[in-house]
Amino acid sequence: MARHAIHLQREIDLLKKKILSLGAEVEESVRRSVRALATRDSALAMLVIDQDSEIDQQEVDVEEECLKILALHQPVANDLRLIIAILKINNDLERIADLSVNIAERTVYLATQDKIAIPFDFPGMADKVQSMLQRSLDALVNADSALARQVCADDDEVDRMNREVYGRVEAAIRERPEQINGLINLLSASRYLERAADHATNIAEDVIYLVEGVIIRHQGPNRENSPNPSG
Amino acid sequence: MNEIRLKNEMKNMPREMNVEKTAPDPAREPSTPMVEIDRVAFFYGNQPALKNISMSIPRNKVTAFIGPSGCGKSTLLRCLNRMNDLVEGARMEGAIRIGGKDIHREIGDVSALRKQVGMVFQKFNPFPKTIFENVAYGPTIHGTKDRNALSAIVEKSLRATALWDEVKDRLNDSALRLSGGQQQRLCIARAIAVEPEVLLMDEPCSALDPLATARIEELMVELKRNYTIVIVTHNMQQAARIADKTGFLLLGELVEFGPTEKLFTRPADQRTEDYITGRFG
Repeated sequence: MARHAIHLQREIDLLKKKILSLGAEVEESVRRSVRALATRDSALAMLVIDQDSEIDQQEVDVEEECLKILALHQPVANDLRLIIAILKINNDLERIADLSVNIAERTVYLATQDKIAIPFDFPGMADKVQSMLQRSLDALVNADSALARQVCADDDEVDRMNREVYGRVEAAIRERPEQINGLINLLSASRYLERAADHATNIAEDVIYLVEGVIIRHQGPNRENSPNPSG
Repeated sequence: MNEIRLKNEMKNMPREMNVEKTAPDPAREPSTPMVEIDRVAFFYGNQPALKNISMSIPRNKVTAFIGPSGCGKSTLLRCLNRMNDLVEGARMEGAIRIGGKDIHREIGDVSALRKQVGMVFQKFNPFPKTIFENVAYGPTIHGTKDRNALSAIVEKSLRATALWDEVKDRLNDSALRLSGGQQQRLCIARAIAVEPEVLLMDEPCSALDPLATARIEELMVELKRNYTIVIVTHNMQQAARIADKTGFLLLGELVEFGPTEKLFTRPADQRTEDYITGRFG
């Protein structure tokens, strides 16, 4: 291997470690926020909110590392695609962490109110989204574009679940109008999960770009996001 | 400070960002390639240097050849104006056509070919003559004697290489008193003074500092409006910056040839990927 490639490889290895560490933090943040909402655990929700600044800092570190590599090594081909993919994945991970903070904030509010029944399969939806996030990161680690395509396909399922949630929450509000505030907070939580799935899909799309060099965004019926009923 | 500069620059930009509309007059850019390399093989004695190379080099574009030392890229470039003819024991198989004409069979003698295919070398090599005489040399030996006509050619060539304003008051000074970057631009001016169709450049910036390199690169992008440029470079970033098409050669073989943007983002061949990412060997 040429001398300059050894330096670049070292920088890239470090960058990969950083993005995977960020990915692990974000997965943990989502896991905690979902558990906190399901168990009305406001202490755990507060932990999610408090730890977001650390994730923000990691996001900045990854971006700076990417800029440094671009400026100092002018990578091309696979190396260039990796840096570009990581820059974008970095942004998506940070946004997912923000959404888990949003879920945690709903939890903090809900924990102050009387307990209400969740009128939809929140754990099922949360499992699906967490699985998408986990597999999108696995696809990144293993440069596995087939796995990434599965993640993209799963997004349609989460969109469908989210659409169902609207009907169920609407019906619940009609039945129990006194719980309207709590139900709207739950509706928001569903939307946050749906958006997190969109970001996991973005990560998967970036992995496909990294591996195959093709941009698949905005292509084909499977890639179109369903209209969001909330507007 | 930079922010203010950026804002001012952006304010002056046209709202429609398709600034790079350099599409030349279709009459001057027929769809036929300028240079066709047709199953070319080249040997130094028994040693093969190029193996069955076929490629079409488009008109009014910059085409770069990249590859490790000894891959045959300079040999290929030198085949285009028969610079290898003088190498003892060397022979070429296949055909090269420039403007549709076979350079061995249909374009008169070598000097007629070299009028059509100019060359600029790695080491700038102005003649030990005045700046004026350097540029006027080619047109003079091709028959232009009229001093006014020569002056017009010299001015036009020096303007085309962005050298005119720097040297117009000292055209009778020795060319050797110019800086390295200026000498190389003078060599380009000398090459284009005979109005060739193709300009070959063999590592034209390897002896220049980054600023002089940037000027030559700008010049190449400017000159491709009127000429077809073929460049050999070890500097891959240079190929990436200026070439429209890039060919990667390895051990005398053309491994990959295509749009530069594709070659540097999604190379089709693993050997290209390994070379351009520095993981070769």
